[in-house]
Amino acid sequence: MMSGRLFSIAIALVFAAMVVPAHAATIEITMENLEISPADVSAKVGDTINWINKDVFAHTATARNGDFDVTLPPKKSATSVLKKAGTIDYYCRYHPNMKATLKIEP
Amino acid sequence: MFVRISAAIAALSLLGSPALAQGAKLTDPQIAHIAYTAGVIDIAAAKQAISKASNKDVKAFAQDMVRDHEAVNKQALDLVKKLKVTPEDNDTSKALSKQASDKLVELDKLDGVAFDKAYVANEVAFHKAVNGALETQLIPSANNAELKSLLQTGLKIFQGHQQHAEHVAAELK
Repeated sequence: MMSGRLFSIAIALVFAAMVVPAHAATIEITMENLEISPADVSAKVGDTINWINKDVFAHTATARNGDFDVTLPPKKSATSVLKKAGTIDYYCRYHPNMKATLKIEP
Repeated sequence: MFVRISAAIAALSLLGSPALAQGAKLTDPQIAHIAYTAGVIDIAAAKQAISKASNKDVKAFAQDMVRDHEAVNKQALDLVKKLKVTPEDNDTSKALSKQASDKLVELDKLDGVAFDKAYVANEVAFHKAVNGALETQLIPSANNAELKSLLQTGLKIFQGHQQHAEHVAAELK
């Protein structure tokens, strides 16, 4: 039988193992009314982008250099973790007039 | 490739004709009808392309057109219902529909690469004409703020389609 104290330490250890490194952030980028906002985002390798599509149209976030290609069905969101540094121009393949830039620092 | 301009485009340019400018100004029910008709036309063209196109990018583009134009037209129907407006048929809508069905017949005679090129070229020209009509006639004439806003969203979507179609056309060369 595990004591109450030991049990909470065990739980704490389990959670500690799951916690992401402190510096990693989650950044939201929204597509609404055919616009990407914010259009210029600075992030770091390890950060997560939460792509949110508020339109009734499908969109994509497609990197011109091929680093990522996220498809966003209408009213859906998706996440991607940034793995490589660089300044990436991306756009929506379905509506190439939707354009934005993601600056990823090491 | 762009020598033959679709007759449907000629119908859209009627919007800018002096006859119309001097005559009755377009009403919201007419504007709604024209915009909806343009969507229906592009969906019909896309469905033909889904069954006839040989190039996979052309097929994918056609599927995008069906998806987006159905979504826009659903919004348009929801809006006219909410506003209790009945879209009103008019000469521009009639001319658009007639000429679009002629275009379907014309494209139906083509196959393979010839069909793909003709379909995409017509998509570029059709979206260009629709965007011109939206910018210069339909949006400025729209009275209701919600209708105007939906037309503005439509314009951004269709400008996207035009660029997408131009990209597909360039890849086919």
